[in-house]
Amino acid sequence: MAADYSASDFRKGLRVEADGIPYVISEFNFVKPGKGAAIYTCRLKSLIDGNTYVRNFRSNDTLKRPDLEERTMRYSHKEGDDDFIFMDENFEQFTLSGKVLGDNQYFLFEDCEVHVLYHNNRPVDVTLPTFIEKEVLETEPGARGNTATNTLKPAKINGNFEIQVPLFINQGDTIKIDTRTGEYADRVLKK
Amino acid sequence: MLSQRSPYLEHARLQALKPALQLRSHVLHALRDWFRREGFMEVETPIRLPTPALELHIDAEPSGAGFLRTSPELHMKRLLAAGCSKIFQIGPCFRKGERGDRHNPEYTMLEWYRTNADYYCIMADTESLLTHISALCSPPFALCPSPWPQLCIEELFLQHAGWNPVESYDAERFEHDLVHKVEPALPRDTPVFVMDYPAPAAALSRRKPGRERVAERFELYINGIEIANAFSELIDPAEQRCRFEAWARERQSAGAPVYPLDEAFLAALELGMPPSGGIALGIDRLIMVLLGATSLDAVMAFREFRS
Repeated sequence: MAADYSASDFRKGLRVEADGIPYVISEFNFVKPGKGAAIYTCRLKSLIDGNTYVRNFRSNDTLKRPDLEERTMRYSHKEGDDDFIFMDENFEQFTLSGKVLGDNQYFLFEDCEVHVLYHNNRPVDVTLPTFIEKEVLETEPGARGNTATNTLKPAKINGNFEIQVPLFINQGDTIKIDTRTGEYADRVLKK
Repeated sequence: MLSQRSPYLEHARLQALKPALQLRSHVLHALRDWFRREGFMEVETPIRLPTPALELHIDAEPSGAGFLRTSPELHMKRLLAAGCSKIFQIGPCFRKGERGDRHNPEYTMLEWYRTNADYYCIMADTESLLTHISALCSPPFALCPSPWPQLCIEELFLQHAGWNPVESYDAERFEHDLVHKVEPALPRDTPVFVMDYPAPAAALSRRKPGRERVAERFELYINGIEIANAFSELIDPAEQRCRFEAWARERQSAGAPVYPLDEAFLAALELGMPPSGGIALGIDRLIMVLLGATSLDAVMAFREFRS
């Protein structure tokens, strides 16, 4: 098994294991009192139940890498309010909840390949392709208002989900989104 | 990996930083104005050094055959020993692995030193300088008029942590309680000087004459955030060498890199450095608190990307 993470490896988004439970570091801060030694303050979010707690680490502390199994599958469709249906290569069906998917649920599209992480047969996290394309369903037209101080505007891409886009993006345009950050990445020119 | 962030998002981010950059420019102008008025000489000392200032918990970034400076302190003290009496410097410093809301591996430090002075003189300087800056720049978070409270760390610990670190020092407990119990209890409506540290946390400060367990060191806090660290400087070459050697041993046993002693600095102390006071003040953090912000993201235009 791979080496443990040392405190200097800790960062937001890192998946770790403590007391047999997989966590993601949901908030991270580094403090160093005066001439003293560093204190790494982490909010750990359980990948099992979503509960969080704050824990302090010193330089010599370590955390285990979580023992997670990765499965590749494709998005099929949504059922009801919160059930997202995926298939693996054997057409076996899997259901993931919106809680597990987080903001990624707004970036899914039909046949999108995703990597799902399982801990003891329970899905705990999902990785999408780094860049996905979405149509802008609604946004204010053109460059309105004070362009010197306001260079971005909100755009709805999926239901009521909004992201910030440059002013030249119009309703009906297709944009590329970076799923790691959930940020606008580029405009996709129509052929 | 380089960021593939959209240039439009970068553009928007930098545009939002314009007021912070403007405030930084005003603050730098105002502080140079104050130092000139007070008769200080602006100096520049090397950024790349053969060996960095050895401290227990500061790691230096290697650069070529040497290291990037973690502070200009030792070179500025050599200038004091050579007869410069009031000097200041503004410039970049580098500390390996320090990254967080209030840390960046590269940042801008202001240091100033006076000969024939102690940490009380530096407190008076600090009040005068920052009051001048606050009046001239009218920042969103203006500083209240001085004098500012001078709080002994011994009393702060007795009151908020329930023990006395001067009488029985425990580094780990001291640092933990400082961050989690004492700093949160500091006043927010005025800058404060937290002073008289336990001798084992003296760093490069002298012990208080007549009370050897206490070091003549203070830290300036604004809005609960540590902004500056000051000393009545240690000028005894034998004690200085002992401290360097003790830190080197401790670093070695902790598995941290051990840097060669700065013999040129120790030689300057041997020849004689006048009693002096000095201070290091983080410019980025100062701008941050003057803006009422809590992260360096609000004041530094370009922070190193971490993949």
